[in-house]
Amino acid sequence: MMARILEIDEIAPAFKRYLIHEPVIARRHRAGQFVMILIHDHAERIPLTIADSDAVRGTITLVVQEVGKTTMEMGELAPGDSITVVGPLGKPTHIENLGTCVCIGGGAGIAPLLPIARALREAGNHVVSILGGRTLELVILRLEMEAASDEIHYTTDDGSLGAKGMVTHALDRYIEVSGRPDMVVAIGPAIMMRAVAEQTRPLEIPTMVSLNTIMVDGTGMCGGCRVRVDGENRFVCVDGPEFDAHAVDFDRMMQRQRIFLEQEEEARRRFLTAHLCRAAAAGGQVHGT
Amino acid sequence: MARELTKKERLEIPRHAMPARDPAERAHDFEEVALGYTEELAVGEAERCLGCKKPKCVDGCPVGIDIPAFLVAVADGRFIEALAIIKADNTLPAICGRVCPQEDQCEATCVTGNKGDPVAIGRLERFVADLERAGGEVRMPECAKPSGFKVGIVGSGPAGLACAASLARCGHSVTVFEALHKPGGVLTYGIPEFRLPKAIVQEEIRSLTALGVDFQCNFVVGATATVDELMGEWGYDTLFIGTGSGLPYFLEIPGENMIGVCSANEFLTRVNLMRAFEFPYYDTPVCIGHRVAVVGAGNVAMDCCRTALRFGCENVICLYRRTRDEAPARIEELEHAEEEGIDFRWLSAPVEVLGNDDALVSGVRVQKMELGEPDSSGRPRPVPIPGSEYDIEIDSLIIGIGQGSNPLLTNATEGLEVDRRGRIVTHEQTTMTSISGVFAGGDIVTGAATVILAMGAGKRAAGAIDAYLRGVPFDLEEQLIDVPLKESPMVTEQETRTQNGAR
Repeated sequence: MMARILEIDEIAPAFKRYLIHEPVIARRHRAGQFVMILIHDHAERIPLTIADSDAVRGTITLVVQEVGKTTMEMGELAPGDSITVVGPLGKPTHIENLGTCVCIGGGAGIAPLLPIARALREAGNHVVSILGGRTLELVILRLEMEAASDEIHYTTDDGSLGAKGMVTHALDRYIEVSGRPDMVVAIGPAIMMRAVAEQTRPLEIPTMVSLNTIMVDGTGMCGGCRVRVDGENRFVCVDGPEFDAHAVDFDRMMQRQRIFLEQEEEARRRFLTAHLCRAAAAGGQVHGT
Repeated sequence: MARELTKKERLEIPRHAMPARDPAERAHDFEEVALGYTEELAVGEAERCLGCKKPKCVDGCPVGIDIPAFLVAVADGRFIEALAIIKADNTLPAICGRVCPQEDQCEATCVTGNKGDPVAIGRLERFVADLERAGGEVRMPECAKPSGFKVGIVGSGPAGLACAASLARCGHSVTVFEALHKPGGVLTYGIPEFRLPKAIVQEEIRSLTALGVDFQCNFVVGATATVDELMGEWGYDTLFIGTGSGLPYFLEIPGENMIGVCSANEFLTRVNLMRAFEFPYYDTPVCIGHRVAVVGAGNVAMDCCRTALRFGCENVICLYRRTRDEAPARIEELEHAEEEGIDFRWLSAPVEVLGNDDALVSGVRVQKMELGEPDSSGRPRPVPIPGSEYDIEIDSLIIGIGQGSNPLLTNATEGLEVDRRGRIVTHEQTTMTSISGVFAGGDIVTGAATVILAMGAGKRAAGAIDAYLRGVPFDLEEQLIDVPLKESPMVTEQETRTQNGAR
């Protein structure tokens, strides 16, 4: 359905938050689900996890990191513009009171983590969040995550926020001090999720990851998003996006995420060149390059 | 008026070939391959019809078009009227004229074909449909008075479109829900441009809006709203589920998830729906190399082979574990593929996808097969020949071995009975599912089949739905759906037609 963008704000460098009027999806959305979006007739269909929804106001929130052509082009939209939004897709997160849940978010993965942390806390869990990023300003949604957590820890590569290092170090320290949690949820770059999975496997801590693979339709039709889980092909769009981290073949998944690297780079380069030309023609400042 | 011809004279006219583009030229672009009849060829071909008193061709048509009447009209040069006769039973003639397997249907039962070649019914259907579209004004049959009933159709593929058209003509308010951003289902995402131009599909679908059909794209029933909700708060009196067979099968062989292996569905959707052949003008890319192997020999596999060729692949190999005689593709599709230079390897089954350290496909290991005893499908079972494996150097592999039932809607619908293969179970007579007021038809009920069979199922279901809404008993043998055509501009010369149901 065509949905109107109500607000756009830049929450961090190259991170934008979109508030979108989409009452039908807002009402049905459950933590863990995603939408497919299409920003114009020639665009790609891309999956984006729903970061928040408000059934009363009829809105959903998407947080988008501008990494490729489509996400950068989306960043040029303005409030009042409409985009195609399809969903909510994927299985909702299984939420129950397990005791203590550690929610680990890295980079853009913090956005989909937010509704899950909230739902886990509402179900009565003690929610411990560990958020990581390259530097302070790239650790997004800190206020929202703090409000959704009982306890929060930060790590950054440069030590500008929290401890210097990786989220896995923070998880180690947490387990050392507070003991084994009942569940871990990890959402972020595949390499981070794989590291968390390897860390919790010997400790036998149930660990869930939310995967972000290449999709076309998002409804189970193309199989482009397939991953090996427990030695079987599973579709992230309809069987996921969440899976048992200990059963996922991350190595093959990471290779598959690179399928279109060349074309993505070409599209990105062309977009930036066109962007520069437009900016030059308008005599304005070039932004985002 | 038509020439007076004797039966003998009619039988002596040879079947007219349909002009097609030169294989060497067409294999490198996405323009349509077949060019269609001229008026002269069409009249000449229609004159071959013997006008049987008990026409067998109609029996072969899943939607029961009054074929002899339309052929007489073509022979007379009354082309618009011929189209009106077709549209009384089939609102998508430009599509069906192109993709129906007529050789297994109307043309298979054509009496002229008993001794020689059957009348080229499909080509004539295409001709009259194209002629009208070229004229710019598309006429549709009249609709009955508004009934006040609200019908939801889930899926805008052939089954859904046929069902929607029939129900709109009965006066019901019809909304079609489509998950993708363009309507048409397999006609839009699956069948390639060079076989079925997308402009024709969209135009023919637009003609349904002239009947009052409303299309809601980007609406995934089972996700955006459930069947329960549509029947409840959304206020639909009945639903028809025609979600098709969109779940790709994989081979389950080692290396299948390497970079360069994709399903036929993914490949074709990227190219047809997302127009990857116009990348980077269209943003969606496709992963295709220079040496491609396609697994399977059905129509979908042929579409993949010929599409790959049009991407400039040097070598396109088709791997099939049986022989040409068992290949499920239409003869015409196999012939077109052969003409264009597809390298067919019969009795060859892939057993492993080979790749380099970065998981890029570098080859496929193939095992030779021989034919054994017939299996449950009645076809000879392919039996592997031990020690016959050999490797073929490729950089892309496309898997076109068939589709299963997409579980998205069925999983999300409580109380909807499905069989062990995930197909929706329907009542044989009424086509109703285990949920009262919810009907289903097409591939989601029968498993992957053809466009026209799905259309036939959609049309039959429409008859049942109409009867259900009006509270009258439904008899499959006496289709209530064929409301007699009223006097309308498109049927000026024609008397009101009597019922002419699918048999």
